[in-house]
Amino acid sequence: MHPVLTLVAQRFALGLLLLFAASALIFAGTMILPGDVAQSILGQSATPEALENLRRELGLNEPPLQRYFSWLFNAMQGDLGTALTNGRDIADSLSTRLGNTLFLAFWAAVVSVPLAIFLGLLAVRYKDRWPDKLISAVTLASISIPEFLIGYVLMYFVSVRLGWFPSVAMVNSSMSLFERLNAIALPIAVLTLVVLAHMMRMTRAAILNVMQSAYIETAELKGLSSFKVIYRHALPNAIAPIVNVVMLNMAYLVVGVVVVEVVFVYPGMGQYLVDHVSKRDVPVVQACGLIFAAVYICLNMIADIVSILANPRLRHPK
Amino acid sequence: MSDPMLKVRDLKIGATIYPPGEKPRDIEIVHGVSFDLERGKVLGLIGESGAGKSTIGLASMAYGRGGVELTGGEVWVNGRDILKSRPGDIRALRGAEVTYVSQSAAASFNPAKKIMEQVIEAAVEQKKFSRRDAEERARVLFAKLGLPDPENIGDRYPHQVSGGQLQRCMTALALCPQPDLVVFDEPTTALDVTTQIDVLMAIKEAIKDTGVAALYITHDLAVVAQVSDDIMVLRMGEMVEYGPVDQIINAPQEDYTKALVSVRSIDHEEKAPTSEPVLKVEGISARYAGLAHDVLSNVSVELHPGQTLAVVGESGSGKSTLARVITGLLPQRSGQITFAGRALSPDLAGRSREDLRELQMIYQMADTAMNPRQTVGTIIGRPLEFYFGMKGAEKQKRIIELLDEIELGEKFIDRYPAELSGGQKQRVCIARALAAKPKLIICDEVTSALDPLVADGILKLLLNLQKVEDVAYLFITHDLATVRAISDTIAVMYQGNVQRYGSKTDVLSPPFDDYTDLLLSSVPHMRLGWLEEVVVNRKMQSGGN
Repeated sequence: MHPVLTLVAQRFALGLLLLFAASALIFAGTMILPGDVAQSILGQSATPEALENLRRELGLNEPPLQRYFSWLFNAMQGDLGTALTNGRDIADSLSTRLGNTLFLAFWAAVVSVPLAIFLGLLAVRYKDRWPDKLISAVTLASISIPEFLIGYVLMYFVSVRLGWFPSVAMVNSSMSLFERLNAIALPIAVLTLVVLAHMMRMTRAAILNVMQSAYIETAELKGLSSFKVIYRHALPNAIAPIVNVVMLNMAYLVVGVVVVEVVFVYPGMGQYLVDHVSKRDVPVVQACGLIFAAVYICLNMIADIVSILANPRLRHPK
Repeated sequence: MSDPMLKVRDLKIGATIYPPGEKPRDIEIVHGVSFDLERGKVLGLIGESGAGKSTIGLASMAYGRGGVELTGGEVWVNGRDILKSRPGDIRALRGAEVTYVSQSAAASFNPAKKIMEQVIEAAVEQKKFSRRDAEERARVLFAKLGLPDPENIGDRYPHQVSGGQLQRCMTALALCPQPDLVVFDEPTTALDVTTQIDVLMAIKEAIKDTGVAALYITHDLAVVAQVSDDIMVLRMGEMVEYGPVDQIINAPQEDYTKALVSVRSIDHEEKAPTSEPVLKVEGISARYAGLAHDVLSNVSVELHPGQTLAVVGESGSGKSTLARVITGLLPQRSGQITFAGRALSPDLAGRSREDLRELQMIYQMADTAMNPRQTVGTIIGRPLEFYFGMKGAEKQKRIIELLDEIELGEKFIDRYPAELSGGQKQRVCIARALAAKPKLIICDEVTSALDPLVADGILKLLLNLQKVEDVAYLFITHDLATVRAISDTIAVMYQGNVQRYGSKTDVLSPPFDDYTDLLLSSVPHMRLGWLEEVVVNRKMQSGGN
């Protein structure tokens, strides 16, 4: 078998193992939360009989290990259980929410990743001159300001004063793609400002590291322009560290957008999770945790695999 | 008569240096060098490291490496002074009129791109040829340079071809845009002697066929004598002597040139084996994890106290692997190592502290073998503490003794490695090995990274120390001149086997086996026309490269 396939298969198996471990942690974590679910559903005035009945109904009297495996087994078949608070099927409620979150994350990534890499290249080209310093200053400033503040500031200026985009990012299934994009323009802008600095600085550092190599001198002595030297000869050798940071930030775009979703009242997973945490709806919290873990592990696995594929020595063995 | 292709007048080159603990200051590294180079001629630039030869070579492309700046003088290429050209014009010159072949092709090829793409890039980018014509040209050059499978080798990645082949690809890269001048910067220094001949011959023919002018930079006078028409000897940024190759080799005027031309000054009488060997290697076989074949097969050698065993061979012959097995870094699959009368555990973890102390090692790169943040005193003092528990004044006294032994002296005790020259660093490494009072020191290519005159000094020091301390050396090298200078016994290795083994006189006297003959005949001689003779008379090709 081709050695790359072996490596990729290994990563894949490791990813699955990690997901399994994460599911155990999530389950154990929600188990050791203080308090009793049945109690919190029925309130302080519930009779002991009613509590006992509800516990039996929810399966809370079963041994934890058995509950874990039946939960895991059902989750693997797409059955995430029902929400305690409203009795709805969690998978159903989650799917539209997850779709919305992924939609927002996807478009934020489409804007921010190429922009970050381009700015990184530009910073390398004008290293230690004013464009480099300006890019660093602006991106660092934007990452340092809390995202809800950027959100409200943008909302005030761009939508209230200028009236360009709506301030509330409400989307529903009857809207066209353009209408949706228009609705999420501001959240995209906020998320881009948040993730830009990290990716841009990693691109800059990774490429500067490669710029010391002898083959960069060879390229310069071929009479190539500085920008061609950077993107043609330096960038392909700096892919691995860049992809790793890009994937970490994409994961953040999926699992870390709670604040932005709340600020813009966007019907995504973050809001759903926050709602149900406050209501102590354990099955929903577990389901969200599992999905977030899967997204995180999946994106990092992709980063690992891209890093492997970016290495010509592994792709083309002797 | 028309102007020469390259005309350099009073070239001055400066750099800013940052000495530790001092303010940065500007120094001049080339002090007014002048020469002419006609079309189709080859000028050899020769000197030790720091002589400024690479810097001058790159100046012909108006390029300053690192913080180097071209501060004065004129460099005329094809009738215009490129030091006064605009950046855009300089870019148009690089890769089109003047091209460059570097010392390490392995580092100079982009690992992420196919060879063909890199070879034709300058020609296409500078619009000298269409992509198709450039590829055709590259294939012709691959064939001319003797590369295997010239039709398809361009589709491979740099790591998929050997070092010697890649060096030839680099030459194709330089010749592809049909330049007027090629700068060859030590193009064969990183290669085995046997491979060097092939590459040298390929370069020489390619220069002749294409009629380009060339600057050939090297520290090896014997090599430059084979390819040049004229030679300029440089020392510390100044011209020492400049003349036709015949005059420089056969009738050098200056003392420095005479020192370069004269052969090694060491004469070492071989010693007869004594009673009991200090190291006995019997039937060792070893392989690296994941490899299906042995890197060493059935290797047996002996080394007597106070003597030197030279292990010689090309890269990939298994000589460094043998050192790894003896030091316990790579446990052998079979065979037995006896050291100082006791069997050595194959595994490093199974060896006693006494085993470790009595077997020390010196490496090729003294730079990377020392902690840059420790002073010389700390570096040498560590084994004294570790093996003998020395402290305070006692340790200090011993460190100074050792510094005296390596001819550096007490004033070096507080210096950091970065403040030492290459030769001085290697001396500190020797002192660190000696501090453990070893019975055996493994020297892995310890002089390969040094200039010839400095290397000479290190070898003399090692021989003197051997007399005083009665220590045995296992001396790994690819350089036969070094072997001749220092060894008592020699093992010639080829593809993991000991090809020839015996006393120095026996190994170096005919009749030879084919491989030893190839190895011995490949060492460049300081004689015009040697290259052509040896290529005609060779019995076999070099292995694997």
